[in-house]
Amino acid sequence: MKQNCDVLIVGAGPAGLCAASVFVNTNVQVVVIERDPFLGGQLLKQTHMFFGSKEQYAGTRGFAISDILKESVLQAKNIHIFTETVAAGYYPEDGFMLAIEQDQTLHRIGFKKVIVATGASEKALIFENNDLPGIFGAGAVQTLMNMYGVAPGKEVIMVGSGNIGLIVSYQLLQAGISVKCIIEAAPVIGGYFVHAAKIRRLQIPIYTQTTIRKAIGTDSLEGVEIVSLDEKWQSIPGTERIESCDTLCLAVGLCPMSELLSQMQCETKYVPELGGSVAIRNHRMQCTNKDVYIAGDVAGIEEASSAMLEGYIAGVSIAEDLQIATPKHLVLRENSVEFLKAMRSGPIGEKICSGLKKVEESHV
Amino acid sequence: MFKNTGCLSSIEYSSLMPDEDRLNEGPVAIIECPEHIPCNPCQQACPRGAIQPFQKITDLPVIQFDLCNGCGNCISVCPGLAIYVIEKNYTPDTSLMKIPYEMLPIPEKNDICDILSREGSVIGRGRVERVQKYAFNPKGRVVWVEIPKKLYKEARNVRMVKE
Repeated sequence: MKQNCDVLIVGAGPAGLCAASVFVNTNVQVVVIERDPFLGGQLLKQTHMFFGSKEQYAGTRGFAISDILKESVLQAKNIHIFTETVAAGYYPEDGFMLAIEQDQTLHRIGFKKVIVATGASEKALIFENNDLPGIFGAGAVQTLMNMYGVAPGKEVIMVGSGNIGLIVSYQLLQAGISVKCIIEAAPVIGGYFVHAAKIRRLQIPIYTQTTIRKAIGTDSLEGVEIVSLDEKWQSIPGTERIESCDTLCLAVGLCPMSELLSQMQCETKYVPELGGSVAIRNHRMQCTNKDVYIAGDVAGIEEASSAMLEGYIAGVSIAEDLQIATPKHLVLRENSVEFLKAMRSGPIGEKICSGLKKVEESHV
Repeated sequence: MFKNTGCLSSIEYSSLMPDEDRLNEGPVAIIECPEHIPCNPCQQACPRGAIQPFQKITDLPVIQFDLCNGCGNCISVCPGLAIYVIEKNYTPDTSLMKIPYEMLPIPEKNDICDILSREGSVIGRGRVERVQKYAFNPKGRVVWVEIPKKLYKEARNVRMVKE
C-alpha cells in the first residue's frame, strides 16, 4: 500500500508519542509506526515511580505515564498509527520508508519530514556458555514479568548495577522471585544510590569489582562462576567461586538503534558516553540530512524523561519547518530545552554532556 | 562510601538526622538522598514548605526540621523511596517509623514484621500500626511500624513475618 504523509514518526515510545502530540489539533498528516502491538515502548514495563519534575510526570509510575501520553495522540484524527509494523528500510531513489505490517502488508510511506525515535537495543556480554536457556537481557525479564506476568525463574543473579539492573532486581523481588546478588565489574555502583539502597535494605548484596567467567549447566542454567577484579579490571586468581542460580539477567547497557539514520545519509559518530553510534544533530534535534530528526535513546542513552523532552523539541522543530508552529509550540520547545539542561546539570549528567559535545553541531 | 556499598554508613545517615531535641519533640521526616539526581517532587509535596525550594532540579533536598510535622506526604511521592518519618517517643518504650512499602501482600494493622537495617540485617521485631494509601500513589503504601525505641536510628525497612 502506498501512502503519503507530512510527518513520519518511527517508534511510539515516550519520544515518539511526545513528538506526535505536538501535531494534535493541527492539519499535519502524521503516520506513526511501531514494531510492538502496543504504544508506550519501554514505559509499559516500568512499574516504578519516575524521577524528574512534575512536568515530566515525576512520582508517576512508568505505565501510567504511557497512558497519559497515548490518550491525546489516539484521539487525533490526523495521526495514523500502525502497530506491529516494522520500519524495514529507507529507499532514497523514490524517497519512501518501507514498512512491513505483521500480516505482511507492505506500506510505502512517503513523507516530508521524519522523526526517528527507534530507541535502543540491549548490549550482551561475552562469556562461556552465554547461550544457555535461563540467561536473559534485563529488558526481556521486564517484558515477561511486568507485561505478561510470567516469572523468568526462581533464583536470579543480576549482572550490572546501573539503574536498569537495580530497578529490575527490585521488581523481581516485588514479584516474589529471589535475587541472589548483583555483580558489577566497576568499583562503584553505576545507578542512583536511592535505587541501590532499596535493594540493599532488602538484604540483597551488591558485589562490585566482580564479573562473570562462565555459565554452568547442561540443558539450562544451573549456576555461574564469578571472579573478583583488581583495579586494572583483571581477574584476581583464586577468587573464582560458583554461585547457583537458574536465571542470569544481563543489564550491561543499551545501544542506540541508528541503522535507519545511516540509511538516510545522516552523519553518525561513535560516542561511548552515549552508548554507541549516534547521529550528529543540532539543538533542534535535526540531523545532517535536514529532513530527519531524532529523539530519545537513539540520540544517546538517557532516561525516559529526556526522551519525552527531546520528542517535544523534534516535534516543534518540524512544526516550525512546516510553518504551522504556534507560540504555544515554541514555548513548549523553550521549556523542554530548559528542562533538559537542568536535568543534565548535576554530576550524573556530566557523562551525557561530554558525549553530547561531540555530536552537537551548531552549524548543521 | 555509599557509592561503593549502596548503604549509608552510620556517620552518613546520622548527619542527615535532626538533633536529639527535635527527635524528642515529635514526628519528623528524614531524607536519605545524598546524590545530585534530577528530581524534586518532595519539595512540591510538602504542605508546610519544610523542604527548601530548589534552585536547580539537581539540588539536594534540604529539610527544615522545625517546620516539619512528620505528615508523610513526601514519603508517598518520593520515587527513590528515600524518605521516612521517625517519631522517637511514640510510647515510653517504642518509636514509630513510617516507611514507603511496595511489596505484596499489603500489610494490615497489627501484623508482625522483622525490622531491617540499611544493610538488610534483621535487628528486631515490630508491629504494623497503620497502613496509609495516598490518592496520588495508588499502588504504593506508607506503613507505620511500632519499633523498639533503641532501634530508631538503625531501622530502615521491614519484612512481614509469614504466619
